[in-house]
Amino acid sequence: MSSGDPRDELVEHLPAMRAFAISLTRNGATADDMVQDTLVKAWTNIDKFQAGTNMRAWLFTILRNTYYSSRRKTRREVADIDGVHTEALAEKPAHDGRLAMKDFRAAFSLLTDEQREALLLVGASGFSYEEAAGMCGVAVGTIKSRTNRARQRLAELMQLDDDEKLELTDDATMSVISASKAASF
Amino acid sequence: MTHADSDPKRESVIDENLKRVYKEALEEGVPDRFRDLLEELKKQDSQKGSAK
Repeated sequence: MSSGDPRDELVEHLPAMRAFAISLTRNGATADDMVQDTLVKAWTNIDKFQAGTNMRAWLFTILRNTYYSSRRKTRREVADIDGVHTEALAEKPAHDGRLAMKDFRAAFSLLTDEQREALLLVGASGFSYEEAAGMCGVAVGTIKSRTNRARQRLAELMQLDDDEKLELTDDATMSVISASKAASF
Repeated sequence: MTHADSDPKRESVIDENLKRVYKEALEEGVPDRFRDLLEELKKQDSQKGSAK
């Protein structure tokens, strides 16, 4: 059993797969369909999984490929135009150092799929730039510029680039953020 | 990329929020349908896989 069937590990990755899918698509139903397709693909192609490599990376790769191929089928690629949805964020976030989750989600949803993906892989899931590049089938520099642009775009949308921002992001503020997080749970 | 593109303070605020959103999604739990699906796949395999 020690060299067990890698398919037995699939279940352990379900929460991460679903979190990645939901964060990428921002749609629970789409995400669940993606996860389901990915599980079937992973199960039937388990011989393509190289033992000893990162299974989560492998699963996320299938997941994002599933997403992009269904996106190609259902609609033309959404134009990557900065600013086109900016007015949707009409309300300026409160400048008390706390980024309301609602505001962050709204801003995050305005990124392109590719930017969201890069941030999710590198910023949220802790993959290296190299791993993320391999998963997305692009150059490392592409992942770096996607995450940079994504962060920059978020900063613009959240208006973190205003002059006040620096005083909001020092250690004291970070503890306020942590405290408010604790209070909101 | 210029250094202006990677302001470390801005980055940490953004990543903090990002991780929070992601963590929420992680903690949402997983619908039973996925575990059921894995069970089903396993069952199918063991039926046709006895020749394997």
